[in-house]
Amino acid sequence: MKRPRKVIIIGGGLGGLWSALRVAEAGFQVDLFSLFEVKRSHSVCAQGGINACFDTKGERDSIWQHTVDTLKGGAYLANQPPVKSMCEEAPGLIHTFERMGVTFSRTAEGLMDLRLFGGVKNRRTVFAGASTGQQLLYGVDQEVRRQESLGRIRKFEWWEFLSLVLDGQDTCKGITAMNLRTLEIKSFRADAVILATGGMGQTYGHRSTNSTNSTGAAACRVYQQGAWLANTEFFQFHPTAMLGDDKTRLMSEAARGEGGRIWVPQDPEDTRRPTEIPEQDRFYFLESWFPSYGNTVPRDVASRAIWRVVHEMKMGVGGEHKVYLDLTHLNPGFIEQRLHAILDIYRKFHGADPVHEPMEIYPSAHYAMGGLWVDFEKDESSGGMKPGSQRNHATNIPGLYACGECDYGYHGANRLGANSLLSASFSGRVAGEAVAAYLKGLQDDLQSVPEYKYLNEVARQQAINQTLMESRGEENPYALHHELGELMSSRVGVVRDNDVLRQAIDDLSELEERSLHINLQETNSWSNQGLAYTRQLQEMIRLGRVIAVSALARDECRGAHYKPTLDLTIPENTYPGDPAYEKYREAWKQQNKDWLKTTIASASETGPKISYQPVDLSVLPPEEPRDYR
Amino acid sequence: MKTIDFQIRRQDDPYSPPYWQSFSIPYRKGHNVVSALMVIRENPITQEGHHVDPVAWEFNCMEEVCGACSMVINGRPRQACSTLVDTLTQPIRLEPLSKFPVIRDLMVDRSRIFSDLKKVRAWIEIDGAWDIHQGAPRVSPEAWKENYLYSRCMSCGCCMEACPQYGETEDFVGPASLAAVRLMNAHPTGQYHKAQRLHAIMAEGGLSDCGNAQNCVRVCPKEIPLTTAIGELGRQVTLQMMKDLLGKSE
Ligand SMILES: Cc1cc2nc3c(=O)[nH]c(=O)nc-3n(C[C@H](O)[C@H](O)[C@H](O)COP(=O)(O)OP(=O)(O)OC[C@H]3O[C@@H](n4cnc5c(N)ncnc54)[C@H](O)[C@@H]3O)c2cc1C
Ligand code: SF4
Ligand code: SF4
Ligand code: FES
Repeated sequence: MKRPRKVIIIGGGLGGLWSALRVAEAGFQVDLFSLFEVKRSHSVCAQGGINACFDTKGERDSIWQHTVDTLKGGAYLANQPPVKSMCEEAPGLIHTFERMGVTFSRTAEGLMDLRLFGGVKNRRTVFAGASTGQQLLYGVDQEVRRQESLGRIRKFEWWEFLSLVLDGQDTCKGITAMNLRTLEIKSFRADAVILATGGMGQTYGHRSTNSTNSTGAAACRVYQQGAWLANTEFFQFHPTAMLGDDKTRLMSEAARGEGGRIWVPQDPEDTRRPTEIPEQDRFYFLESWFPSYGNTVPRDVASRAIWRVVHEMKMGVGGEHKVYLDLTHLNPGFIEQRLHAILDIYRKFHGADPVHEPMEIYPSAHYAMGGLWVDFEKDESSGGMKPGSQRNHATNIPGLYACGECDYGYHGANRLGANSLLSASFSGRVAGEAVAAYLKGLQDDLQSVPEYKYLNEVARQQAINQTLMESRGEENPYALHHELGELMSSRVGVVRDNDVLRQAIDDLSELEERSLHINLQETNSWSNQGLAYTRQLQEMIRLGRVIAVSALARDECRGAHYKPTLDLTIPENTYPGDPAYEKYREAWKQQNKDWLKTTIASASETGPKISYQPVDLSVLPPEEPRDYR
Repeated sequence: MKTIDFQIRRQDDPYSPPYWQSFSIPYRKGHNVVSALMVIRENPITQEGHHVDPVAWEFNCMEEVCGACSMVINGRPRQACSTLVDTLTQPIRLEPLSKFPVIRDLMVDRSRIFSDLKKVRAWIEIDGAWDIHQGAPRVSPEAWKENYLYSRCMSCGCCMEACPQYGETEDFVGPASLAAVRLMNAHPTGQYHKAQRLHAIMAEGGLSDCGNAQNCVRVCPKEIPLTTAIGELGRQVTLQMMKDLLGKSE
């Protein structure tokens, strides 16, 4: 009798759990790996909401408009057929969540309520109170638990994925993983593997809004085994994150929307409390530089302005990387009512009250648009992605798939707010279906892969552990991670410069070298957290280098990737038809000819090798530049 | 120099005896217990100047939403990431949750919380995670408001730590799993399988083990009205028992 085909899924966030459900429903056995109980995955952090066109607010919103907003918001860098399919399937996906029991907020009529989110004109974001990601994850978590109770899914929680096992044809046939309690390393056979390990914000250290699981280490491991990373230079920075020693926490746009003002003291050495600094000694730089928009400029513009004040003008508060976001001039009752959730977070984590004291904020690494390269098959009849094709979400390593924030799929050069819970869920569903198709066509028997392939890989991983456990160097992994965060955030951050990037790449190589001379300061090999941490740190440094090399290579401004000397801006007060505008449009089109292409990074002995791939622009050809005026 | 002082209960592995160690770190405004533990792990030296193994603990989101970082802080079970040092009396005493087996130091094995969720069938039965091309039933804003309170349970274990009936050896499923039954039973289609869930909590280790001590509701970091849920379930169970007596199924 033939053995049932088995799939390993790594990651239990929205991407991983959705794919697990679809693989299990197709009748294949699933082994689900996660660093900890899947219910604690980073997806729970998302507060804002998830996009899907329902048009229940009388705004004539359309799926087409959702598609256009996503493509334009991403500066046309995303392959268009998958985006088209995602926007089309979004409402059905949300209804499925609803059936699973997700408590979406309701209107008086009992319909799912919609809210407005950044970068778009129509209300299109469904939400569940102030904890949408948590509720969505719990919905799929419950269904996975049901499948688990039926024996279709087995969980391996507290196991860390370390590497792939490839057969003689370089097809993925399993993994090695480490038990985070015993530190035992084992190999696991599988007919296919799905990686759903989330984002990589931790490469920016504590200067990120991401959870500790978002290291990108797993993606970097498969990259070193031959998988391509795509568009990693595109990283979204959230302009207004609250500072913290452990992490920076997201402060929603709404604070600026409701009248919050951003400023720094004219004199960075000013030691007075902010409330004691009189108006004439304050510099409201957004209001002064962007008189018509003031504090409500879009995310990327705000991030760059804050960057300029802090880095170029050296005017950060107290000489540090921070500026004030001030609500104290507003009516306390009004902001309490409008911004209750945000105020609460600030009070809870900072012990200070934004009603009486300006908040301290700074841009923070928030979302990786780039990630593992994945394929798709275009459906010529619909122009979207072909449902059930085994090419969808396949990496360039046969048998290895990727979904969720760790892939590079749907957001091009910049992500629209509330689109990534959607892409994580949708891509998980698609990847699960693609793997089911792949397995149906698979001829060979898993047991024919020789055992030594697995044993060798386990031995290689054990050797890495042993070296680290025995290493008695000078370096402290936690301090190194801090350095990495500072380096990435100040030199591969919001604003980029080629000389600085070159220096950063050298410094990253040096960091990598130093990370080999670690001292774990620990002899206990039971639940040794430093070991796993250091292994992840080494991957983050390598990943940092991929990001920096990709950023150096891309000589243009697009979406979140910004090099000031190469900026094309729409000439003021000009509109389509004006000669000056049309000249700009021509320059913009020329730039697209040169640079509208996907960055592919592949690993080589000498570091990341960069090449490019064309983008599928068959849904919305780039005729209209993004224009937020 | 102003410092922040800690006494931490440590345990090297599940089988070895616990012991206490004291640490001091330089004072900094704004520390929470997680960020302070990060300082300790970077340089694990006790107050006496001994170099020791870093303290192991669990955390992920640092925003009080993943439930990972529960521990007993100055005698009270709570989330380390949202507990500000400035609100605590020192030395700050950190202990692992006592109702779960210790893995190491402040880390415990909470897998039982998740198997209890299986026991009470805390899910909605759907045919499959595919699109069925129709909207789901409507929910009134009032019902939503109540349900939403319960849907924020992050399985952190604080309520179980506080509950006198919940123990490492007892099989009581605890307040959070009961509240999950309350939530699933209120869902428009979840109602179809209400009887199954109620039968699960009418069995041993279910609702009748609750002594109504109300400790749970006082410690829940998400302010989930656990005892309200338990009260509602009491009524649902009574009705179910009557139905069972009369031989009606659902
Ligand atoms: C503060 C914040 C707010 C956000 N708000 C929104 C919002 O309002 N709307 C929106 O659309 N998006 C939002 N996002 C983005 C969105 O939350 C994420 O992109 C999305 O949740 C990612 O889901 P995922 O499944 O890819 O990964 P995750 O949820 O990060 O899951 C990753 C999983 O992989 C596992 N894993 C990782 N490495 C390994 C390994 N080596 N071995 C084994 N397992 C591993 C982890 O255990 C975890 O289970 C927000 C992000 C942040 C940071
Ligand atoms: S009310 Fe019941 S569940 Fe809550 S603490 Fe008391 S005994 Fe435990
Ligand atoms: S009910 Fe509250 S205390 Fe109990 S597990 Fe859930 S969130 Fe934690
Ligand atoms: S770290 Fe997630 S709740 Fe504290």
